[in-house]
Formats: sequence, structure tokens, C-alpha cells
Amino acid sequence: MSSVAYKQADYKSDVKPIWCPGCGDYHVLMSFGRAFAQLGLPPEKIAVISGIGCSSRIPAYTNCYGFHGVHGRSLALAAGLKVTRPDLTVVVASGDGDGYSIGGNHFLHACRRNIDMTYVVMDNHIYGMTKGQPSPTTEPEFDTALSPGGTGVAPFHPLVVALASGANFIARCFSGEPNQTADVLAQAIKHPGFSFVEILSPCVTFRPDEKAWKDMVHPAPVTETSDQGKAARRLMTDDGFNIGILYRGNRPPFQPAIGASNVDLSELEKDFEL
Amino acid sequence: MAASPSISIAIIGSGGAGALTTVDSLLETASAAGWHGLFTRTMGPQIRGGEAAGLLRLAVHPVECLPDRFDLMIGIDWLNAHRFGAEIKAGPQTLVVSDPRGGDLPPMVTQSGARVVEVPMKEMAKAIPDGRPNMIALGIAARLLGFTVEQAFAPIEKRLVDKGSAAIAASLAGIKVGFGAAAGIDFGMQLAAPTPSAARRWLLSGNEATALGAIRGGIRFAAAYPITPATEILEWLAPNLSKVGGTLLQAEDELAAINMIIGSSYGGTPALTATSGPGLSLMIEALGLATSAEIPVVVVDVMRGGPSTGIPTKSEQGDLNIAIYGMHGDAPHLVLAPQSVGDCVFTTQWATYLAETLQAPAIILSDQFMGQSRAAIERPADVAFIGARSIASEISGTYMRHAMTANGVSPMAIPGTRGGQYTADGLTHSERATPTSGAADHLAQLDKRRDKLDHFNFGDHWASIEGSGDLAVITWGSLTGAAREAVERAAADGIKVRMIAPRLLTPIQPERLAAALAGVKRILVVEQTHGGQFNKFLRAHYDLPAPVRVFNRPGPLPITAGEIHYAIAEWR
Repeated sequence: MSSVAYKQADYKSDVKPIWCPGCGDYHVLMSFGRAFAQLGLPPEKIAVISGIGCSSRIPAYTNCYGFHGVHGRSLALAAGLKVTRPDLTVVVASGDGDGYSIGGNHFLHACRRNIDMTYVVMDNHIYGMTKGQPSPTTEPEFDTALSPGGTGVAPFHPLVVALASGANFIARCFSGEPNQTADVLAQAIKHPGFSFVEILSPCVTFRPDEKAWKDMVHPAPVTETSDQGKAARRLMTDDGFNIGILYRGNRPPFQPAIGASNVDLSELEKDFEL
Repeated sequence: MAASPSISIAIIGSGGAGALTTVDSLLETASAAGWHGLFTRTMGPQIRGGEAAGLLRLAVHPVECLPDRFDLMIGIDWLNAHRFGAEIKAGPQTLVVSDPRGGDLPPMVTQSGARVVEVPMKEMAKAIPDGRPNMIALGIAARLLGFTVEQAFAPIEKRLVDKGSAAIAASLAGIKVGFGAAAGIDFGMQLAAPTPSAARRWLLSGNEATALGAIRGGIRFAAAYPITPATEILEWLAPNLSKVGGTLLQAEDELAAINMIIGSSYGGTPALTATSGPGLSLMIEALGLATSAEIPVVVVDVMRGGPSTGIPTKSEQGDLNIAIYGMHGDAPHLVLAPQSVGDCVFTTQWATYLAETLQAPAIILSDQFMGQSRAAIERPADVAFIGARSIASEISGTYMRHAMTANGVSPMAIPGTRGGQYTADGLTHSERATPTSGAADHLAQLDKRRDKLDHFNFGDHWASIEGSGDLAVITWGSLTGAAREAVERAAADGIKVRMIAPRLLTPIQPERLAAALAGVKRILVVEQTHGGQFNKFLRAHYDLPAPVRVFNRPGPLPITAGEIHYAIAEWR
């Protein structure tokens, strides 16, 4: 731990969020600060990487290094950063559209690759930035202008996919409980390998019904497990509102050896010499 | 018998017949003896089987293009030769050595008037335990080219070291039988003696040269998705990057690859990816991000026939438009093209240097012809272009990532640097990197990103400019070698021609091209595209001071020096 004591405020920038009043993401931002402070991480040693969407706006609202990239590709960008800069703490921020729809393939491979980073998906079951279209986690009957009468398509189950793909830490949080969220985030960051934290973060503008989430969430009535079979059953039978750490694996993270080298480039040229 | 400065050989067989191995080892033999050479492969999309031909041109001078027609053609078999017949031209001077049991002679032979000599290579090979017809072909080629059995055998022995003594003995026996069989064949040609040189000789492909240039330029991270014909760049980088403290990640797709290298470069490690047209199409969005966020990255596109899946194994220059104009919005960036196998080293190193210096993406347009050809060349010289990014290391006050500076380049804070925290963004942003939708910031940053490229002094490396005369041949990329040879041949006929081949395609260099074209009365544009993309590019961006003719043809047929020479001679 660092000798400097950091406070939550040390991780907040002076950029004013574009989020709607009452958006769950404000609390996630707060939880980020609390988790970083709890771990005593210097802000300049943290990189917050994101894609596109309401949740992906979060890097600029922190006082960390950040990258607000293109839609759906944050995990790939973060992978390139972390393998070349293993000294940094890399946190990836995404949403249910950015992470599960356009970025779905990268999600699978990030879990599989198990690079030491933390993936936070703020899930509100809707596309907020484009004003209310169904996302991969939207309920099939939810009516929108783009899907009159509902999509009729079953929602995606991100935690099950994460487990099957090899994520090393799987948790669900609720933005409305920022202290507990901060605590889970801190554990996720500390845990080696790819940690996946899904945060239920209500969209009060396009999903006012999600205000009820605060009464629906409940602590997961389970003990932590590193058993994938047990975790699979738990996640497959999950009601979507279990809060807590649902799986903590022990796969070693992927980190190629990199760093200074004293090999002379002329060594490489020997391949070509006759 | 007069000695010729250049001789060309094609060895043809079904995939798996070993035609490519045979030609590759002939190149090594000739190279060890002091000749220059270029070995190009032509094949179909098969993994194993199908048609394959190794095309080799040996010369006393550097070789950067294929011949107009081949002097010696050895057909181990002709089973699938009709599929690429148009790419391998024979003539009345050509000697064809053919196995009588190798199938019917293809039209490219029967219609050429070539002299045909039959040698039963398969039968001869059968008489040797584990014998292979391609070793008989190697023995024949060696004798006709004036090499000894030992010279022909040396590279084969090196290759078979792990295969055991039986395989080595079988190959040697095959070469000897072929050598003996060629005793009665009058080739009628002889390769002139090589010019002695103290320079170290190298044997490498354009793709390997590209990879070496990347490391020389400071690249220490690569991420990529396998794709023909670029994969050899990655396969050379994977082990070699780790020797120099870097690494390569195999990405799940090209979208991931380009974003991975942006992440690496953002973190301070110069990074590259290599792909071909379909992959470049997928990378375009993120290249716009790198442009906007001013993150240097290098993307090598080894072009193949297009559009869509096109012809993965054969060359074309059709990605010029997407490389220059692919991004949405106004997104100035660097586009460069190497001009030969050896030049892949320089151009990739220079592109890396420019990307790092100017904090902009660089797209390198190589192609299948250069990338997958192997050349015997002199060691490419070391140059001083090594990644030189402007870094903000001491930061006091508010850090302005995209600060306006005299040259448009702003010192970049690398994560870990205290006080330099900023969020890189593809949104229009202020100097502070904060998102904005205001007109003033938008214009200021667009101007900055344009001016930093336009005002940079790229020096003489921007183009190869050779010869003089009032006719100018303007070409680019791997056609430079054929154009150079055409200009030399025209000069031998007493027609003075100048050649201009830009290595730097964007940013454009209007003053430099105007100087190169001073006094020109005719301009011949030569390119390997169907739609004349390069001609349209030139006309859109440059004032061409004279009438223009265009000689363009899509791949996969190579454009030869002879054809360019003809187009020059015809325009009097």
C-alpha cells in the first residue's frame, strides 16, 4: 500500500458529467473513487479505458489517465496497454450495449485471455445515449420505438458467458449501494487476472421502472466459490438481482515477459545473412 | 555463347511437388555465389495441392521485377499449369524441360514457339530410394545455369539437417542424376559473372524486411489477426519482438488488433499491426480514433486482389483509395509505400519514425508481390530514423494534451507521469482533451492535425526520382522496379525518360512533385489497379503540367518492364 493517503475526491476531475440527474452512473463514479482510495492507488498509475455510451463517459470524470475510444473495443485497447504496461492498474468501463452487443466478441476473448484488469459493465438494460433502444439485456417484452411490442428476444446472460469464457472473478453490484460496490471493485482490482464486475445502474430517463431495482436487489445467499461447476449452476439459476462476489477463480493471469533487453539488433539480422 | 546479365527460370508443378523449395534453394545457391536475385511464387488458394510455380530471376545487378518472359522453364508436371499460364510467359528463345509423363504441355508453352526437351524426371526419381522429381529438376537447373552439384546441394543439405541422413542422401542423388541428365541439353545462355562486392549479402522476403524495419524503427509491440499475404510479418515478429523486450498478441479480429496497438502506443510503447485489404477495412474506424487522439500507430497493408476476399494469394494495388480516403471526417494521416523487397526495411522504419514524430497513424502499402517474394540483396543500410516521440515528462500546471504549438505536435504525457492525467478521446476535444462540440475547438484541432503533417519537412526520401527527359513515368510501390528497368531500357534505345515514384503518398508534396516534373511534356502513369486509382489521386491533388496517359491493369498479371518500355516507345 502507498504511504500517501488518498481520498475519494482525489480521483475526481473537474469535468461536469453529461449524465441525466438521477443516473446510476454517478454512484459508480463515486465507487471508483472509493475503491481507488481504499487501495491507495496514485491516480496517475490508473488507466480507465472505455468505449462509447453513457457509461463510457466515465474516464474523463476521473482524475486518472483515461481513454474514451471507439464503440465496443475498450477491452482490446486495454489489453494492448496492460501487456506493455503491467505496472499500471487498468480498469475498463462499459455498458450493456458497448460491452455485450458491439463488443461481444472482445468480451469472450478478454475472459479467455485473462490479462490482469478489471472490467466494469454498467448495465441498465437500454441504450441511453441514442435515446432508448433495446440492448442485449433488455427484457423481450419491453416496448421501444425501434422494437414496437418488444424484441421478442431472450436477454443475454453476461455472468454465465463470462464464466464459460474463463473470467477469473465474477461479481454483481448495484450502483445504489456505492460502499459495497467500492468494496467489490477493490477486491476485483486486487484479484489477479480478468475480473468482471457487472453493476446494475438504472437509467431513470428511459427506464423509470428501474427505480424499483433498489427494492429488488438482495445479497447473494451464497458463499464464495472457486468451483466453476458450482458457479455455473449458481449463475444459470440466478434471478439477475443477486449482489456479491459470485465466483473467484485461481487461473494465473496472462502476462508475456516484456521489458528492457540488451540484445543487439544485429543479432536479429543473422536470420537473413547467407 | 554470349553471357547474359540476367537469366530467368520458372519451375512449375502441382502444389506439393516441391517447385517452390527448388527455386528458393536455387536463389540461395546463386546468392552465395554473388548474384542478385528475386524469387516470386505464384499459386492458387490451396493449402496443399493445386498449382504452384516458383519464378526466379538472377542477375549481376539488383533485381526488383520479373522478366518479360522466362529463359528456362522446367515442368515437373503441368497438371494445373493452365490456371496461371497467363502469368508465366515463354517465347521462342525459351527452353522448356518437360517430363513426358507430366501431362499435356499447356498453351503458354505450345503457343510460344519454345524449344521443348523431354526429361523423365519422375521416372529418374523413382529409381532413387526416397527420390523426388524436384531434386532432379534442381540438378538440371543447376547445370544449365552453370552451378556445380555441390553449390546446388548446399542449401538443400542445410534445410534437411533435421530430416536425417537418408533424406539428405536421396536429395543429393537426385541432384546428381538431374545434373547428369542436363549434360546433353544446350541451353544457349550463360549468366554473366557476378560483380565482386564486399557488401554483406542477405536473403529475405519483403514481409521479413518489413518486420525488421519495424523493429529498427522502434516498434516493440504488435497485435494482429492472421491474413494472407501478411502473416509472415507477424510470424517473424513474434519470436523476434520478444528478443528485444517486446511482444506480439494474436488478436481475436482486426478490430481488436488495431485497438490493441492504440492501447500500447498510448502507454508509450511504439506499436504496429499488419494485415491485408479485408483487415484494413475493419481497422478504418479506429484509425480515425488514432488520428483524432493523436496516437502514433503503424499499419502495414500487404495488398492482394480486391474487392472483398478477392485474390488472397496474388498482388494488386487496389487499396490506395481506402488507405488515403477510407476514414470518415477529415482525418489527415501518413500513407507510404515501399518500392522493393529491400526498401521494405527502410520505408517501414521511416514510417514508424514519422508516425512517432508526428503523433499520427501511418499506413504502409506493401503488396503480395513484394511481401512474399524473396530477394538476394545487399544488406540494407542502417539509417538514423528511430522513433522520436515528443514526451511530456515534467508537468506543472494544467496539462494540455493537444496544446497548440509551432509545429502542431504537442508533448504527450505517458500514463504513470504525475500531473499529466488526461483522457484520450475520439470526440472532438479542446487543447485540454476535454470533449466539446464547439466550432472553434473543432476547427483549431482540425487545423492542428493537418498542419503538423503539411508543414513537416519530409526531405528527399519522399520519392525516387531518376533519369531525365521530357517524358515522365510516374508510378508507385512494387511497380517501381519494373518502371526503373523500363526507363533504363528506353535510355539504351536513346529515349530519355525520367521516373518518379513517391514513397510518401500522403501528405502530398506539391512543390517537390512540381520540381520533379519541371520541363516535362508527357506523363505516363503506371499502376496495377482496374480503376486507375493512382491516376485519379494524382489528378485530384497535383497540377500535372503535361498530357497524361495511363497504363493500368488490375492484378494478378504482373506489369512488366517490357510493357512499360513499349508504352514509352509508343508515345513519341
